[in-house]
Amino acid sequence: MSLFKQAPPVKEEWSACLAALGQSRDKAEYGRLFEHFAPRVKAYIIRLGMTPANAEELAQEALLSVWRKAHMFDPAKANASTWIFRLARNLCIDRLRREKIQFYELDVDEPDPDEQHAGEHAVLATRMAESIRTLPEAQAQVLYLSYYEGRSHSEIAQAIGIPLGSVKSRLRLGFEKLKQVWGESS
Amino acid sequence: MNIRHHLDDATLLVYAAGSLSEGMSLLVASHIDRCAHCQVRVRQAEAVGGALLEELTPVALAPDALDQVLALLETDAGVPQARTPRPAVLDADIPAPLAQYLKKPLDELDWRTLVPGVRQLDLRLGGPGATRLLRIAPGLSVPHHSHRGNELTLILRGSYSDELGRFQAGDVADLDEQISHQPISDSGEDCICLIATDAPLRFSGLMGRLVQPFIGL
Ligand SMILES: [Zn+2]
Ligand SMILES: [Zn+2]
Repeated sequence: MSLFKQAPPVKEEWSACLAALGQSRDKAEYGRLFEHFAPRVKAYIIRLGMTPANAEELAQEALLSVWRKAHMFDPAKANASTWIFRLARNLCIDRLRREKIQFYELDVDEPDPDEQHAGEHAVLATRMAESIRTLPEAQAQVLYLSYYEGRSHSEIAQAIGIPLGSVKSRLRLGFEKLKQVWGESS
Repeated sequence: MNIRHHLDDATLLVYAAGSLSEGMSLLVASHIDRCAHCQVRVRQAEAVGGALLEELTPVALAPDALDQVLALLETDAGVPQARTPRPAVLDADIPAPLAQYLKKPLDELDWRTLVPGVRQLDLRLGGPGATRLLRIAPGLSVPHHSHRGNELTLILRGSYSDELGRFQAGDVADLDEQISHQPISDSGEDCICLIATDAPLRFSGLMGRLVQPFIGL
């Protein structure tokens, strides 16, 4: 698409892009975000067990929400990929339950105990990805099953044939390691 | 609110992953609504989700997907969305996410008596396990039991004590099959709590076996 010839930003810059979109509502900016995130969101939705047709529809819907909610994105609170992950996740949950809303936006003036600068969130995203890659297989496996296949503790226990307690301790150990990323960045 | 008992990391992770049952996720959202400590941990768990999203192998959309969405931006669908307003406060003891389900103050709910002094209200959410409110008169106890899966309990009003400590409004007990306990309502007012399980409880004593069919937990 000729409109979006500009080189895509590196990972750390997506948050700035999304924040800029909230102000400018510029379609070229949106197009860049779309081309980076839509295929990832679609991949995520397929993993959750949706049919490719539904995943296509939901991915488009999620990206439409990115446009509609971009002005609420605050790079001091999350990076772009986390914000878009949350949006896609909520959309899928709503669709799967076709019921009341589980997750809702916190108020703007809600005290935020996790104030961090946008730059730190960007650095953090990169370190987080590195950190995930170094997790022992057993811990990575339970993380993937919960984030990508939407499985509960007992479903994971059943799927890989280990006791519920072991599923939980693997998740705890994995999260413990990933949380060290925050320790390093502050 | 002085919260002393929090959610397990393993629970927060699956909540952030969007993989908890509706009832358990309602309970987690209700605790987090009032717990700054767990809010931070959920943000961290969501950042794990964000990082994983970046790691996924992209799947191409339909060739005209962007054009379709760009066309929508010109219509009503493309209008920037207002922030979801926080629901009105029904009852100071009901956290906002739970208020969406209850729609009435605690004292006006349609409580059903199970045994004298113990009342409940089933939220009837469907799916595995159960989600209900339990209201226990002062001094009474729930029979000794263990759990077949996870059991989350959030105290809304009053307090209870068990082998693990004292739980007051805002506190959450995040238990599983490794724990067996006997909670006793231990303040001057009814202890009202939200309980969500992903499998039925397992009562141990004779009393428990008699009560189980009535409680149906
Ligand atoms: Zn907490
Ligand atoms: Zn219990």
